[in-house]
Amino acid sequence: MLFINIAGIALIALIVWWFWLYKPQQVKLGESDLVITVENGTYSPSRIKVPEGKPVELKFLRKDQSPCSETLLIPELQISDALPANKLKSIQLPALKSGEYDFHCQMQMYRGKIMVD
Amino acid sequence: MGVKNREIRSDDFQELIIEGAGCASCVGKIESALKAVPGVQSAEMNFAQRTVGVTGSANAGVLVKAVENAGYNAKVTSAESEDDVLAEKEEADWAYYKRLMREMTVALSLGVPLMIYSLFVGEMTVTTTTERLVWLLVGILTLGVLYFSGKHFFVGAWQSFKNHSANMDTLIALGTGTAWLYSMVVVLVPHLVPEMARHVYFEASAMIIGLINLGLALELKARGRTSEAIKRLIGLQAKTARVVRDDKQLDIPIEEVLKDDVVRVRPGEKIPVDGEVTEGHTAIDESMLTGEPMPVEKAVGDTVAAGTINKSGSILFKARRVGKDTALAQIINMVKRAQNSKPPIGRLADVISAYFVPVVMIIAVTSALFWLNFGPDPALAFAVVSATTVLIIACPCALGLATPMSVMVGVGKAAEAGVLIRNGEALQTASKISAMILDKTGTITLGSPKVTDVLVAREYDEQTVLRLAATLESGSEHPLAQAIVESALEKGIETGKVSNFSAIAGHGVQAEVEGKTLLFGNEKLMRERNIDLGNFVEKAQVLATEAKTPMYLTVDNQLAAIIAVADPIKEDSIAAIKRLKDNGMRVVMLTGDNRATAKAVAEKAGIDEFFAEVLPEEKSEKVQELQMEGEIVGMTGDGINDAPALAIANVGFAIGTGTDVAIESADITLMRGSLHGLADAIAVSKATLRNIKQNLFGAFIYNVAGIPFAAGVLYPFFGMLLSPVIAGAAMAFSSLTVVSNANRLRFFKAKKH
Repeated sequence: MLFINIAGIALIALIVWWFWLYKPQQVKLGESDLVITVENGTYSPSRIKVPEGKPVELKFLRKDQSPCSETLLIPELQISDALPANKLKSIQLPALKSGEYDFHCQMQMYRGKIMVD
Repeated sequence: MGVKNREIRSDDFQELIIEGAGCASCVGKIESALKAVPGVQSAEMNFAQRTVGVTGSANAGVLVKAVENAGYNAKVTSAESEDDVLAEKEEADWAYYKRLMREMTVALSLGVPLMIYSLFVGEMTVTTTTERLVWLLVGILTLGVLYFSGKHFFVGAWQSFKNHSANMDTLIALGTGTAWLYSMVVVLVPHLVPEMARHVYFEASAMIIGLINLGLALELKARGRTSEAIKRLIGLQAKTARVVRDDKQLDIPIEEVLKDDVVRVRPGEKIPVDGEVTEGHTAIDESMLTGEPMPVEKAVGDTVAAGTINKSGSILFKARRVGKDTALAQIINMVKRAQNSKPPIGRLADVISAYFVPVVMIIAVTSALFWLNFGPDPALAFAVVSATTVLIIACPCALGLATPMSVMVGVGKAAEAGVLIRNGEALQTASKISAMILDKTGTITLGSPKVTDVLVAREYDEQTVLRLAATLESGSEHPLAQAIVESALEKGIETGKVSNFSAIAGHGVQAEVEGKTLLFGNEKLMRERNIDLGNFVEKAQVLATEAKTPMYLTVDNQLAAIIAVADPIKEDSIAAIKRLKDNGMRVVMLTGDNRATAKAVAEKAGIDEFFAEVLPEEKSEKVQELQMEGEIVGMTGDGINDAPALAIANVGFAIGTGTDVAIESADITLMRGSLHGLADAIAVSKATLRNIKQNLFGAFIYNVAGIPFAAGVLYPFFGMLLSPVIAGAAMAFSSLTVVSNANRLRFFKAKKH
């Protein structure tokens, strides 16, 4: 029983670490054409590094059919746009101050972050 | 208060698809051709994708021409009409719907018989070897169902797990996976499990997958209805336009109409782009944009708007705004943006849904541990059931959908009533307005003075008096003078010649007409000239108390008439203002007029409070004054002169008469001149907020109360444990409930009187 309890608590700790504490890798938006794929409930890549003070363009490709993935929201920037299925869609970002900007789908199940520095 | 959010527009960016660019060296050629176009700031080609991104204000058609002149073909990516995009989306949705229904059918055709068996025939326990074999077969079948009908949940769960995120898929995959795995352990290695806990839950896995697919399919259907309003707006756009180029008429797609093209429209056809009539006259039905049912007469020089319908005559007009610049395109764009924006009330739900899934997983583990430690036998079975049920019943979707679905329907509904709401924040604040400031001129009144009364003296008649006054005033630019000239024109009275015209500043005018000396002005002028006014002074006073401006006309120093001019109150202003007051709103009028006129207009319009003699630059101070008193202030004005006051108010309403909407200047734009639009806007926002609250309440209660039930809080008292199948059904239908409740808003009708 003790073993089971320890395993359970370890599992909880693992959940906390995996979903909240761990910071996944960032992908830099560079000269190469970065396309953010929307598929299977995720944005991939989901953490995008963007240079400060320069307007940039993010490209999205939605392969997911669920209706919620259609809407892309970047609340801090007042951006909301529809991503057409299986078609490249460019989203223009204005020159940004350094900081983090979340982007997500309508129900916030798909989540990503734009990191500006 | 404070600075309100304004959308960042990416309107000055366009993307072209280039055809025929075979070599990398074409890139420079195309880029420089585009950069040479006036208005282009930058042009960057992506050779790999054969696209060029162009920033600047140049028209898409001009850009395409520039590329063509350089020897390549180009297409605008956005040249796809909204209609096509919509049709494509509907097709994709329909395919997805069919897939979900197919998956649902397969899952339920295994799940339902199994469930009936478990309910009516026997316990699904595993004791004998035959039972083990049968259940092994069922287990494999269930795995097939999980693969066929539930693959997307498992793939999605795994993908997001790799990305350190969790979503609805995670919960479903974990729940059904746990149930299946446990059951398989029972079948394959029963000695690992205490005898009492040897129970299989294959039916739960299959049922949950089936029900959730059904829920998703129904939700997809219901969602389609939430975007009805935008579909209707998009449907207003014409598909083709008949342009006259080089004396030839061409039928071309509206995306290809260029600015300054001459367009022909026959009776019964839609106006394809915005423009100015250059030939012919007609009546145009603008009701789809303005909500105004009467067709509007159009002649040379008048503007026509895309999406309206030409009723009677054939006209030629010059395209002024094309593509995404037309009023209709801007309206569609604005409604779309607003539909996807969130009012602050949804923020808490957002914060919660961001942490929701991992928290539910932790609760599931905790609940399992609790049962294992303190639960009765078979503790293991109870632990598995409660963990599965907790995972399945929690529905982040309902929480996430609560706000956006209502906003989508509410904003669309408002657009149908001719009310454009900028964003969710404006929608929410509008529902809380406690004081409404109305600008007088152009908002409560028509904004153009008209002759209201002509009182003649002695032998004169109205015709003569108007002819003389209009002739006299035809040289004057004063708005009151124009009202008299227009009134004469309307009555078909022709004006004559004027000589020796002189304006007497602040008092009136004097001139010779038809050999007689005419004097036209206020009472003060008459007194100075010693004109005998007789009992007309009292008549003039009566007119003044009716908010009219009386002016005296004399012919050869003898009084001929009083002509009264007023800016009449719009027909329905009184009823609309009453609607606002009935809502418990404090209504305040704002005007630059003197107190007497202001008082008269306010009384007539049914307004108790007014600010008179307010200079244009003082308007925003008055808004702040009310805000200091603790009011949430709505300000309604024409959007151009009142822009600062609109910006400082909690919600600024711009009244646009006709289709020339001042979209940029206000939080809410009323497309028709009537103040009923204002009352409608407030009614819609109240109804939407109420709907959001219902949704949020439902979703919160559902998740807050549902999870403890699932974990088994009822067991110690009633010996009841929620079945995972019921949890699956509840989850599947919770988001459907939210979408359906939002859909109820579609039937909302603002009460007129």
